[in-house]
Amino acid sequence: MSSETLYDKVWDLHQVAKLPDGSTQLFVGLHLIHEVTSPQAFAALHDKGLKVICPERTIATVDHIVPTINQERPFADPLAEEMLATLERNCKKHNIKLHNLGSGNQGIVHVIAPELGLTQPGMTVACGDSHTSTHGAFGTIAFGIGTSQVRDVLASQCIAMNKLKVRKLFFKGSLSKGVHAKDLILHVIRKLGVKAGVGYAYEFCGPTIEQFSMEERMTICNMAIEGGARCGYINPDEVTFSYLKGCAYSPKDESWGKAIKWWQSLASNQNAVFDDEIQFNAEHISPTITWGITPGQGIGINEQIPTPESLDEDDRAIAEEAYRYMALEPGKKIQNLPIDVCFIGSCTNGRLSDLEAAAAIAKGRQVAEGIKAFVVPGSEKVARDAQAKGLDKVFIRAGFEWREPGCSMCLAMNPDRLDGNQISASSSNRNFKGRQGSPNGRTLLMSPAMVAAAAITGKITDVREFLK
Amino acid sequence: MAKNSPFPKGPISQIQGRCLILTGDDIDTDRIIPARFLRCVSFKLLGDQVFADDRKELKGSHPFDLKSNQGASILIVNKNFGCGSSREHAPQALMRWGIRAIIGQSFAEIFYGNCLAIGIPCLTTESSKINAIAEEIKKTTEECWLLNINKKTFSRSNKKWQLSIDQRSLDMLTSGRWDATSQLISNCSNLKSFMINLPYLNNFSK
Ligand code: SF4
Repeated sequence: MSSETLYDKVWDLHQVAKLPDGSTQLFVGLHLIHEVTSPQAFAALHDKGLKVICPERTIATVDHIVPTINQERPFADPLAEEMLATLERNCKKHNIKLHNLGSGNQGIVHVIAPELGLTQPGMTVACGDSHTSTHGAFGTIAFGIGTSQVRDVLASQCIAMNKLKVRKLFFKGSLSKGVHAKDLILHVIRKLGVKAGVGYAYEFCGPTIEQFSMEERMTICNMAIEGGARCGYINPDEVTFSYLKGCAYSPKDESWGKAIKWWQSLASNQNAVFDDEIQFNAEHISPTITWGITPGQGIGINEQIPTPESLDEDDRAIAEEAYRYMALEPGKKIQNLPIDVCFIGSCTNGRLSDLEAAAAIAKGRQVAEGIKAFVVPGSEKVARDAQAKGLDKVFIRAGFEWREPGCSMCLAMNPDRLDGNQISASSSNRNFKGRQGSPNGRTLLMSPAMVAAAAITGKITDVREFLK
Repeated sequence: MAKNSPFPKGPISQIQGRCLILTGDDIDTDRIIPARFLRCVSFKLLGDQVFADDRKELKGSHPFDLKSNQGASILIVNKNFGCGSSREHAPQALMRWGIRAIIGQSFAEIFYGNCLAIGIPCLTTESSKINAIAEEIKKTTEECWLLNINKKTFSRSNKKWQLSIDQRSLDMLTSGRWDATSQLISNCSNLKSFMINLPYLNNFSK
């Protein structure tokens, strides 16, 4: 059993009670809601005649269904309009702060909470969205919950939960040029598989991680869930503190110094005990890309699509399904595979540094003939900051579309979708069948820089070619 | 039809019904309920939309469309069922189609919790047993099976298999406390004093 890890400390601090079934009633420090998984929770609350117990600990935004071209209300899609209107009504009725469209703070829930300084070390963070693991980058216990649990948190600010085991993932060495945080996490999931993290929290640590910016750390923790781990976290340090300094909801004045003291005490102790430990060498990681229908089906850009014989027996059936669905042949190279659509955005890679990395590739070049390429900033703030740096112009000149913030084609609940069996090069996090809006659409996951490179050449390309 | 049998309520100690087999590892929630159907403010219509894209692709031969499977209430799956997003729409869609229990080799964590929260027991067993169970079911899909949660058994006339479920889930289901809200609220009388002890809620002064 783990002890003295950040996970243990934050868990202990938030235990409200032991429940009769042996589970723990855990206090939720920050509850984030959005339009997709909250309406049924509010309805259930209403049916039971319950109130929101701590409205000030719940923060709302709208992200999944927002159109990225024309955001004028009412939306063209009446279902989307109804969802936002319902969220607006619920927030108003229950006194919940909503960062709505045009407020300057709207965006993907996992992008706005960190940038507003809502997410702080030592908190427990819950949201009806599996990528809540993102917030672990700040040294929180952050996890996705279902709608029934959203209802529970609204009603009690608590959740019934069992403690997870803790696995330490230690990284040494620096990433080489052209290799990004996204490649690192795709590499981890490829090596450990999509089920390895079930029952675990992942602590990402070591020199590689310490060198990472907060945005890179968020990319890593974001995809912990794709490796099966409901939450992933990184110990808070100077990088964390300087990110948080001056954010809208960050501690101010004399609280700031005290906050840092406390935050520093949260990191896993030198002699912390983990349930499991795995080491990686970041220097061995190359630009990584998925070829199949689970985030674990990844390969280095210079590798071939694996043959069934080269795979563990356990992985063969899903590989066979992937060859068929993706219309890809085992043993063939992934490089130079022609693509149709390029998507840069999502809570994995829709932050300023992601857009900068992509713009560096796009600058002075042109999107290949016939390719649809578009950039969707993760939030209104990301859009503003990118525009201030002229990135929108770089993209537009290169032939990308510059859109309004939201989840967009990460899951295609809005009008941005693949058509037929189009292949997309995508900076998002899931390549499941049909994920990007077409039942036979195909998704290849990669870093934003790799997506930009693919947009320029019209095919899967080693981004390092552009850096020579 | 199972579709018409009432939604889970109160203690759940056994489920009786016909079975439906869905083969494959890593069946994710995007497949169980594609994202476009999440554009709704209620779960009501999800039952017809479960596995919409897979079913369309198979043009009537998907297990959820086969005539012989209509009315089935126990779903047999393989490994890592329900991986991916946290959408409760997935178990809701299954439940509204008529599923009342799932037996599989393993389940994704959030999906498992979501099932429990709406009263759908998920029991596990090793792959060889899943295969044996599937073989037995295939012999006659008309037969009714009994899933006994207390005893963790799955049986029909002279056939019986032992399954697993963790004690916590078992207690919750059989006591009827799988709907956690009231329990949580009853412990909230001292929430304010609990909160004041959290550094980030007291200006880091304690
Ligand atoms: S960007 Fe994608 S993964 Fe992230 S919250 Fe939106 S839909 Fe979910």
